[in-house]
Amino acid sequence: MTTTLTKPPAEPVPEPPRRGRRGPKSARAGGQMHAGPVAYIILALFTVGSLFPLVWTAIAASRDNQRLAQTPPPFWFGGNLFDKIEIAWTDANMGEAILNTTIVAGISAVTVVFLSTIAGFAFAKLKFRGRNALMLIVVGTMMIPPQLSIIPLYMMVAKLDWTDQLQAVIFPSLVSAFGVFFMRQYLLQALPDEIIEAARVDGASSWRVVWHVVFPAARPAMAVLGMLIFVQVWNDFLWPFLVLTQNGNPTVQVAVAGLGRGFTPDQALIMGGALLGTLPLLLVFAIFGKQIVGGIMQGAVKG
Amino acid sequence: MTTRHDTAAPPSKGGAAPGRGPGDAVSPETAKKRARLSRRWQRDLRWSPYAFVSPFFLLFAAFGLFPLLYTGWASLHTVELTAPTDMEWAGLDNFTRIFDDEFFWNAAKNTLTIGIISTVPQLLMAMGLAHILNYKLRGSTFYRVVMLAPYATSIAAASLVFVLLFGRDYGMINWFLDLIGLDKIDWQSDKWPSQIAVSSIVIWRWTGYNALIYLAAMQAIPQDLYESAALDGASRWRQFIHVTLPQLRPTILFTVVVSTIGASQLFGEPLLFDANKGASGGSQHQFQTLGLYLYEQGWVNQHLGRASAIAWTMFLILIVIGIINYVISRRLRASS
Repeated sequence: MTTTLTKPPAEPVPEPPRRGRRGPKSARAGGQMHAGPVAYIILALFTVGSLFPLVWTAIAASRDNQRLAQTPPPFWFGGNLFDKIEIAWTDANMGEAILNTTIVAGISAVTVVFLSTIAGFAFAKLKFRGRNALMLIVVGTMMIPPQLSIIPLYMMVAKLDWTDQLQAVIFPSLVSAFGVFFMRQYLLQALPDEIIEAARVDGASSWRVVWHVVFPAARPAMAVLGMLIFVQVWNDFLWPFLVLTQNGNPTVQVAVAGLGRGFTPDQALIMGGALLGTLPLLLVFAIFGKQIVGGIMQGAVKG
Repeated sequence: MTTRHDTAAPPSKGGAAPGRGPGDAVSPETAKKRARLSRRWQRDLRWSPYAFVSPFFLLFAAFGLFPLLYTGWASLHTVELTAPTDMEWAGLDNFTRIFDDEFFWNAAKNTLTIGIISTVPQLLMAMGLAHILNYKLRGSTFYRVVMLAPYATSIAAASLVFVLLFGRDYGMINWFLDLIGLDKIDWQSDKWPSQIAVSSIVIWRWTGYNALIYLAAMQAIPQDLYESAALDGASRWRQFIHVTLPQLRPTILFTVVVSTIGASQLFGEPLLFDANKGASGGSQHQFQTLGLYLYEQGWVNQHLGRASAIAWTMFLILIVIGIINYVISRRLRASS
């Protein structure tokens, strides 16, 4: 906000943007003003702020307890990084944890995307009685945090004897009102009614329409939703923490949280585990960052 | 059956052929088939929407709605963690117990203050950041992805790093305070510093995400509004106040609601910020949130019934927040 105050130099150029308005994309050209140096300085600060804790995780993981208990804290890498990562990998079950989390997040993402797409399609393009009321329920459930349901879920898991088993984490994560909402918003405008009509005229059943028309049209949104759900399930903390233990099928979050226990915890080891648990997602973001950003922004405008 | 078809066929053949379609002219067999197909077609059109939405609602009923309602039921019982399926009727005992507990009110207050400390700066910074990202920038995608990196970092990893950064004796933040000549702060034991530290984890993780949501909304604002404002001689600051902010109103309300709900559920950050990983939220309960208090009652003290009463109370609080939000948004809509 402060930048707006300190940005008068860009003032006396209202002419060129007005020409730009004639272009087809006038509505999207919100920021046609070029950023001044102040904006870049602030962005640089935010960049450092966003990345520093992550970089420092790696720096701390490359040191040892002794070094971390000295006063100028380390600003550069020491020599222990790979040792600590290796110990975390073997001793703290991080390898198994990463595998477990990949399974859980992968199954959840695929299932949620599939179910959300067909439900979103029905809400966006099909007419049926009770559609609006049901959609209202979907939106309403988005506002209810899953945390409030954990106690009966815990009882269910205890009754089914699912403690320490991955399905205890998978099943509750399959419910995603956000996913239904997201796909509905996307299909409302990405899927023209005429295409569905054309398929109908050709005699396609609803299921064939879903398979041959909806899925191809929804593919970009499905990919983004899949990544968002994957990230969310990967980072979920409370529920896995309750039903999984460190020594029986932990997810990454459970394993990382468990690293800190003990009388004199090995801080570098904790950081090594934290780093290991974060790296896979950072890698996904480095590769698909643009799409994920686009997906979040897309979901936001229509929401 | 056959006779009926025989008698039914002729009229269509003779008179209104276009109304029945060309198929009837062929044979009664095809007509029958067509009728069956069309019935199946009708059934498909009618029922497949329900088939498409039912998996979501079934899963939601099993893992969302039922547990939520059952929480209310369990809150009226005595249930121990060690035997979670044995329930004994207790009436409102659990509720009177927690309302008499000073730590419940302490946790409620902490949740409120941490919620404010984490949400307000986070959304203000996100707004400023979105405004900057809305300029024409070199490498704009790079900045957007970088701002989202904390969102990709888990609560556990982020909290554990911040514990070190906020360390009293050897933490980087205290080292820096010392460097510029300020007193070191005990970020763990003192009430307000610890709440600020816990909030900073939330702020770090969510500012970039909210900035992207604001940015998306800013880009959807029609350019004409800025142009007419500029023609009226409005400065950029005034344009921001009089064009951007009013246009963003629904988005702001949305982020406030989502952040409020998130803040009311805060659990992992305060849990891991305690050096001993206890559920008490610090030695003096100085940063124990309602989420932690619920966990402490249910899983440390092993009273699931009491924990259910806490969850149900939180649910009622959220409903109140939802109603307030609804009233405010209606007022806003009415006034604009």
